Formats: sequence, C-alpha cells, structure tokens
Amino acid sequence: MNQTSIVVNGLRKRFGPTLALDGMSFTVEPGQVTGFVGPNGAGKSTTMRVVLGLDAPDAGTALVGGRPYRSLPCPLRVVGSLLDAGALQPGRTARNHLLWLAHSQGLTAARVDEVLEQAGLTSVARRRAGGFSLGMRQRLGIAAAMLGDPAVLMLDEPFNGMDPEGIVWIRGFLRALAAEGRAVLLSTHLMSELQDTADHVVLVGRGRVLADRTMPELLARHGSLERAYLELTRDAVEFRAAGSPEASR
Amino acid sequence: MRAVLHAEWTKLRTVRGWVVALAVAAAAVVGLGLLTGGQGSCGRNGPRSECVLPVGPDGQEVTDHFTFVHRSLTGDGSITVRLNGLTGVLPRKPGLGGPPDSTGPQATEGGTGDGQPGLAPWAKGGLIIKDGTRPGSTYAAIMLTGAHGVRMQHDYVHDRAGPPAPATTPRWLRLTRAGQTITGEESPDGTAWTTVGTVRLPGLPATAQVGTFATSPQFTWILGGGRGVGGAMGGPSEVTATFDNLTGRDTGPDASWSRTEVGGDASPQPEQLGASWRVTGSGDIAPAVSGISGIGTTVSQTLAGTFAGLILVVVVATMTMTAEYRRGMIRTTVAAVPRRGRILLAKATIIGAVTFGLGVLAATVVVVVGGRVLRAHGVYLHPAAPGIEVRLVVGTGLLLAGAAVLALGLGALLRRGLTAVVAGIVVIVLPYLLAMTVLPPEPAKWLLRVTPAAAFAVQQSAVSYPQVDDFPIPVNGYFPLSPWAGLAVLAGWAALVLGLAGFSLRRRDV
Repeated sequence: MNQTSIVVNGLRKRFGPTLALDGMSFTVEPGQVTGFVGPNGAGKSTTMRVVLGLDAPDAGTALVGGRPYRSLPCPLRVVGSLLDAGALQPGRTARNHLLWLAHSQGLTAARVDEVLEQAGLTSVARRRAGGFSLGMRQRLGIAAAMLGDPAVLMLDEPFNGMDPEGIVWIRGFLRALAAEGRAVLLSTHLMSELQDTADHVVLVGRGRVLADRTMPELLARHGSLERAYLELTRDAVEFRAAGSPEASR
Repeated sequence: MRAVLHAEWTKLRTVRGWVVALAVAAAAVVGLGLLTGGQGSCGRNGPRSECVLPVGPDGQEVTDHFTFVHRSLTGDGSITVRLNGLTGVLPRKPGLGGPPDSTGPQATEGGTGDGQPGLAPWAKGGLIIKDGTRPGSTYAAIMLTGAHGVRMQHDYVHDRAGPPAPATTPRWLRLTRAGQTITGEESPDGTAWTTVGTVRLPGLPATAQVGTFATSPQFTWILGGGRGVGGAMGGPSEVTATFDNLTGRDTGPDASWSRTEVGGDASPQPEQLGASWRVTGSGDIAPAVSGISGIGTTVSQTLAGTFAGLILVVVVATMTMTAEYRRGMIRTTVAAVPRRGRILLAKATIIGAVTFGLGVLAATVVVVVGGRVLRAHGVYLHPAAPGIEVRLVVGTGLLLAGAAVLALGLGALLRRGLTAVVAGIVVIVLPYLLAMTVLPPEPAKWLLRVTPAAAFAVQQSAVSYPQVDDFPIPVNGYFPLSPWAGLAVLAGWAALVLGLAGFSLRRRDV
C-alpha cells in the first residue's frame, strides 16, 4: 500500500564528525499508529526532516506514497507533519498562521476554521500565537498538520507541554485517524502513552533501526514497552546514569 | 506558483509590525519631502517679484539676459566684425568662513560690486542674430568665450565648439543669413575663414535684429580645491567685449543702431558706432538650470525623504526572510513548498509589488503636494515635463521595490536578521547618504555608479548642459548615471543576490 505510506530505505547522513543516520530503513503502514522511539541523538528528527525534503541524505531514499516528498505538488495534502511547535511568527494569530499554510496548498479559510475546531482552538483563533502556551502551540501544530486532510501524519513529540486532557485528546485523535486508514508516525519518549496508542513500534539507535515489531510482539517478549525500550537500546545510548535499572544489571 | 504567491501575501499582511513599518515608510517619504521645503522670495515681495523665466523655442525655460548693440536685417545678409578680446570682473574670491550660499533664487543681474578682474569660463562676446529683443526668442550666435574658445550656439540648448582661442587676443567673427539658415565663421586674421557651424532657425522672421553682444554668467568659487561641500560661493560676473572693423552686406536702409539690455527693464538707447566700441554685459543666453548657477530647485527635491522610507523597506524586506530562520518557520514553509526557488521568487514578487505600490503612492503625493508647498514658500520650482514626473514617480516605486528584493536576497543569504539589515543599509542607503553629505564629488560619483544606490539617479530631474557651469555633482542633484542605467545597476545587484540566495537555499539543509 505504497500510495499512503512512508518508506525509508538505507538513509545515511553525516553532520561533520557525527554520523546521524547509518542505514535507516523502515516502513510506516496505513491504518496504524507507528511509534518511532529511541534515545536522544538516535536520528529520529533527522529521519523526519529527510522524509519532508528539508535535509538531503548522503545516501538512501525516503518515499511518501511512492514518491519523493519534493516532487509532490501540494505536499500538505499528502503528508501532515509537526516537527517543532515553536516554529511560528509570534506576531501572527493562530488563524492567520493556518491561513497562509492553507493558501500555500490552494485551500480556503473554511478549511482553516474546520481544523481550528478539531484542535479545540476556535476560541483563541484570533489571538497572537506568540502568547500561546506550549500545549496550545502543539494543538496549533496538529491543526496545521491536519489542514490538507493528509493520508500520512508525522508528529514529533506532540505530547510535550500538553496537560492531561490534551494528552487524552491526542491519543484518541490519533487512534481515530489510524482507524480512518491513515498512516501515523508518532515520535515520543513517553513509553506509557505510546503503549496505549501505537500498533507498531520502530525502535532506533545510533542512526539505524534496532527493532521493528508490532506492539503485541514487543509486549509478549518484554512485558512492557518501557522494558523493551531499555533492553533493546542498552548498547545504543551514549549516557546512562549510575543506579538506573539498566546500569545496575 | 499562484498558491505560493497567495501564501506569501498572507504572511506579509498578517504581521502587524511589518504592515505598520511599511506604512510609516511611505509616510516618511511624504513627510520628509514636505518638510524639506526651504524658503524663497518668489512672489513674496509684492508685484513684479514673481519668478517668471522666459521660454525658449523648444518650450523649455531659458536664461536670456545680455547686452545687445543691434540693428535690423531684412532678408539675407551678413555681418563681420573683429572682436578685440574680452575683459571681465568676477565676484571677489571669499576668504574661508564667509557667509554661506543662499539656497533661494539668486538674481543674475545686478552690480558686481567690489569684484576682482577675471573672466568667467562661459563669458561670451560676439555676433548674434535674433528674432527681436524679446527674451526667449529664437537666435543664433558666434562668439568668443572666456575659456571655451570660439563657439556657435543657437536656441539656448545647442552648442558647437569652434577652434580653441584665447579670450584676450583679437578674433574675427562673421554671421551670414540665407533664408532660415545661419552660418557662423571665424578667423584669426580676417583672411583665412573657418565655418564653425550652419544652423536652421525655422522661426526666424524676415526682419531680424543683428549685431554685437556680451554677457557673462553667474560665477561660483569652489573653495578647498573643489573638494569641500558647502564651500561654493559666487555671484554675478561681467564681461566687456571690444569690437572694431564692422562690415556688413545687405543690412538694408535702416542702418541706425540701438543698444538694448535684453531681459532688462531699460528701454533701447540709440547708439552711434565709432571705429571701435565696447559692449559690457552680465547674464547668460542658455537653458535655465536649478542649483548654484541658476535659480530655484527641481521637483526632485520633494523626493529627498526617500532614503528614510528606504531604510524601513530594507528592514521589513529582510525580516520577511530572516524571521523565518529565527523561529525555524522556514521548515514549515519549505515543507509546504518543497520547490524552494519558488518561495524566494514569491517573496520577492510580493515584497517588490507592495513596496512598488507604496513608492508610487508616496511619490505621487509628495511630487504634487510638495511642489505646491515649495511654490507657496516662494521657492522657484522648475516645471518638469509630465513624462519626467511620471518617471520620478514610477522610478521611486522601482527604487523601493529593487531595494526590497535586494534586501530580501541578503536576508536569505545571510539568514541572520541584524547582519542582513545592516548589510542592506550599508550597500543601499549609506552610499547615497555619504555621497550627498561628506564625500568629495569624485568618490561620491564612483559610489553612485557601482553600488545599488546608483538607482537614486531615477529621481534626477535637473538637466546638465556642458555650456552651463552648474557643477553636475551628486550634491547638486546630478547623478553620474542616467535614470534607467542607475536603476539597472540596482536591478543587477538584486538579481545577483537573489540568484545566489536561491542557489544557497536549494543546496543547504533547512
């Protein structure tokens, strides 16, 4: 089902002395929430930037619906993404931020009002985004990702700064999107949230995939997602505090 | 591309700070233009103090003030004379620390007072044929000048050089009319003659006035070897031409001579020519100019506030790009529009179109209203042809637009707001300000040839003539490049920087 999924194949990317991606390969299937986890510096954000055509890989390919992102005429109608909730012009209102994005895809203001409603931002739509809390910026980022009604969603740490109600809302929202047949790639450090949300997990470390399993498989083998994470990334983390569960073994 | 343009337009209009800054930019152009009015005396000292310049055959305003010893010539004919050299009086060379030059209209007539001996380079004496003695009427003249040798001039703007000749030695001159054609000849000895020029005067009636004349223009001392700005002082000068050996052909029965101060108030006086006679005059027969050698100013002065608006335009145009880098929003933009060249092109189109519109609007207001304000303050304003005014208005819009696109390119190239804004102001506005204030003329002209500030040339409306010493330097409103060439320099820089920015944006990760 290449039409609506992400296929990452053999990505390599070096930033100076740092090898950020070292043969990263995985597939995000439609109709599922795929968790994208790994220690800091594992290459999650770089992979997402490569998928979005922001960074050019030294080798390998990243395809969305079978095509390179850069060749999509209206990319936000295919892939919605949230990389950095703070990437806003603070003087612009929430609605106007979505409005220019909508205009860039040939969408209208009516669609902007729909996603504002979906994200629960209607009441603050005409307030400057610079005054928003991180949780409200995350909602605005999700609204932006939903603008083009895309078949693929890619969200980087959307739970950050969210209050409990917001976290519950995202969880339900992402489950609903997957149920509609969309492919959702969700990067997060919150294992308990992911365990309740994701169907599939891609676990990465040092620029490559360490494990690519379904959630039931991981839970059967390790008991919990958190244990699975700690056991599988044991050799792939650069720092670990003394006295932490893994260090004491 | 339409969607990208729409998006960039939405981006620009939804940041209140940018909208306000652009409005202030337009207001600054208008406000400063109206403030820099100055004061003059035209029409302020009762009747007859209005400044009205004679209009020449080509429709432009002229200076036509000289002493004329003349008689009628009906039909074809010829007049020959020996000019026994020129002597003159210049205004006294001022010591340092003297009173500054006034900016208002200056009278070209009046006594030379306590002058010193000397000749203005364009002091003139010789033969002239003219349609009567009305200032501004058609004429042709052959003359010896203070420092430019023998010249054949006609109808104020046309000037042809003859052989170089010292002003103090005798020179033979001849003027011949055949129909509408006038031929000027000169000779060092009265036997070997050289034709300096043959011109057509279509408006010359059958009976014209012909005779000897003398006049000498406003003279300006440039202090400090021509380097100091504001070190220019001057006043009227005077020349005396001594003539003898008059011979004429077919000058008709009415052979009585008159002496008239053309452009003056006195009525003609009968004249008895002896074997030798002197003609003393002050003034000029030339196109009227603004600035230190002429009177009043041009409508370009109302656009003097453009630089202030330009600074704000540079700031906003730069920030429309660098603000995206500062907040990381450039990633959102590139994710929405993966063809990155289009982003730059759309931004340039939008900021260029908006600043063009603002520039045209502000320039229209300030040229129309500012001109009225200057006139109301008694400043003589040289009327500009409608075509020139349109060029000033459209050119001001293009100047702002070009600067905005260049600043946007610098923002995309340098990515840091403060660095890019400083760079933009340094390359676009600073050269203009330096050239207009502290720089000597030569470096000033050099800056206004090669830097983006060359585009200010599009705001020039003063016309420079070689036969009028008006010091065509930037401070006096004369730019080294033609209007469109100056604008082309800015366009070239903008295209180059935008191209480099596009190359960099496409190649680098964002």
